[in-house]
Amino acid sequence: MTIIDPLPTGEQDAGSDRKLDEPVGRLGDRIFGGLSFGAAAAILVTLGAVAIFLFTQGREGVTADATNFDGDQGFVEYVGPFLFGTIYISVIALLLATPVAIAVALFVSHYAPRKIAQTLGYFIDLLAAIPSVVYGLWGISVLAPILARSVFPPLRDNLGFLPFFGSDVVLSPSGRSTLTVGIVLAVMVLPIITAISREVFVQTPRLHEEASLALGATRWEVIRQAVIPYGRSGVISGAMLGLGRALGETMAVAIILSPSFGFFWDTLTNSNSNTIASNIALQFPEAAGLSVNRLVATGLVLFVITFGVNALARRIASAGFSGADG
Amino acid sequence: MSTTDELVRDEPVTDPRPTDDMTSGSLDGWPMRGIVVAALALGALTWVPSGSVNWARWVVASLLVYVIGTAIVSRIVESPRQATDRVAKALVTSSFFVVLLPLVSVLWTVVERGSNRFDWAFYSTTMRGVVGEGGGGYQAIVGTLVITALTALFSIPFGLFTAIYLVEYAKESAFSRLVTGLVDVMTGIPSIVAGLFAYALFVLLDGPGHTSGLAGAVALTLLMTPVVVRTSEEMLRLVPNELREASYALGVPKWRTIVKVVLPTAIAGILTGIVLAVARVIGETAPLLVTVGITNDVNWNPMSGRMATLPVFSYNSYKFPTLPPQASIDRAWAAALTLVLIVMVLFSIARILSTILKPKGLK
Repeated sequence: MTIIDPLPTGEQDAGSDRKLDEPVGRLGDRIFGGLSFGAAAAILVTLGAVAIFLFTQGREGVTADATNFDGDQGFVEYVGPFLFGTIYISVIALLLATPVAIAVALFVSHYAPRKIAQTLGYFIDLLAAIPSVVYGLWGISVLAPILARSVFPPLRDNLGFLPFFGSDVVLSPSGRSTLTVGIVLAVMVLPIITAISREVFVQTPRLHEEASLALGATRWEVIRQAVIPYGRSGVISGAMLGLGRALGETMAVAIILSPSFGFFWDTLTNSNSNTIASNIALQFPEAAGLSVNRLVATGLVLFVITFGVNALARRIASAGFSGADG
Repeated sequence: MSTTDELVRDEPVTDPRPTDDMTSGSLDGWPMRGIVVAALALGALTWVPSGSVNWARWVVASLLVYVIGTAIVSRIVESPRQATDRVAKALVTSSFFVVLLPLVSVLWTVVERGSNRFDWAFYSTTMRGVVGEGGGGYQAIVGTLVITALTALFSIPFGLFTAIYLVEYAKESAFSRLVTGLVDVMTGIPSIVAGLFAYALFVLLDGPGHTSGLAGAVALTLLMTPVVVRTSEEMLRLVPNELREASYALGVPKWRTIVKVVLPTAIAGILTGIVLAVARVIGETAPLLVTVGITNDVNWNPMSGRMATLPVFSYNSYKFPTLPPQASIDRAWAAALTLVLIVMVLFSIARILSTILKPKGLK
């Protein structure tokens, strides 16, 4: 077989490493390859556009004189409490969700009978697909009253010495407080953490587990010795992705939380720091002029934070797997 | 040999456990069932102070008694290691059922409250001129369909071609790594930020205060595309290279190989992924709130004007009820029920697609 390579090296277009199995100049190939490359390039352009548009629209909101806004607040004074609320609520959600999510992932991967494990995974995925507005409605009309009636009072009375509960606070009568939102967000991010943890737990090398079993380990010891060490980085990156989701969650917070402006550590009262995303959703429909720019600027802050968290999650995931494979 | 035999024979039996049968020294079987029954009975004692049945308290108390009881009994009868194992099993299993609790509660609440207005009028009338009772979500269903269809129209080819590029064309180049990384970034964009982007884009094109279904679709495209890329990429990578090589060997051009061989092989997974991606974006509220707004009228034209959508309609009806408020709240729940039903139908379709389209001969 004679191979003719009529392709001058200079003609190679970026990305498509042309091989001998690709005849040159065929129109269909050029069009199809061009479309594929164009779509990939469009991803780049789109993300660039997101950053640029948010920046151009948000810039005025940051640089504008504080006297243009209610209460003469500069941008940092304005975004600070929302930033605090975003991180505070997300961390609560993450602390509540992660241990449960790991346990559920272990249940599906190592405890549940194999036949029903797949169906269980399906239910967890369904939990992730329920629209956030539905979680919001459920949170405010079902969960919040239950918490306000039978969980908040004992928490204050018995654990009031903890700074985030407080022993002499006025409890939120409706239950629309930081803790309620934290719990709802925990329910919402749990499927993400579970799905990723389950994936890595299932991938635990069979030989690691069998070696542990051969040494007489109980099932829990197998998990401690073989499964958890192997899956640790996956679990951490799953938790970080969950954190990213919680940081950006909008509607559930906007519906449930009773917000006030400022920094509030108490989780059981009616004075709660709002989140960036929820504040945008609540203010945007009625905002005009510079207020819009300022809201866009807070959105840019949120974008940067979630970007950082997600990047960290990927880094942990990729760093961990290469080490665990060896 | 003989010395060993003697040694063994001389060795006294030192196992402290009774050796009458295989299961002694283990709690498997009836002892565990006994602990369960005892825990449930002790848990029921929590009813005594209040005098009424409280299911939640009963379950929690029984669980506590069960975990502590198992730990103590297993420690005495079996060994500390067995006790830890049993406690871990109890905690892991119960946490799974704890998670099912909100899921069941959400679904139950949506069905129960949504059924108040789960009638034909809700699906056939709009909110135009409606104050108080009556009215419906027809305009919101139209809006959701139009915007979701547009979103799918944009993001399916966009995402699919990107995936084809990454799998079939790019060979570990710096550019493909950059695109992969950016897709990851896109996956993590908060939905409200996607909405702000679409708003900012259309303000630049059309001036402040722009609202249109198209802006909403652009925002949702930003959220849906990375999901399509991810799942399609995964599925394309599963296609065995032998299939491609066989096609090339027959002299088939690359693009026809992709269209006729690679895509049909992966189509089950790709379609499943697309359906699930649609299920994800159909419930998005925040980006539509800032780009499309809400209206009481039917608007089929995505190029201009506000459009009602189911999630925003649900949110708005609940947050700003008209008098009497219950009518608005019922409509909000009916819209929520409709959304959940759509999501569940899409999930079922995805399941069916993945089974009937599975290529023969591939496991």
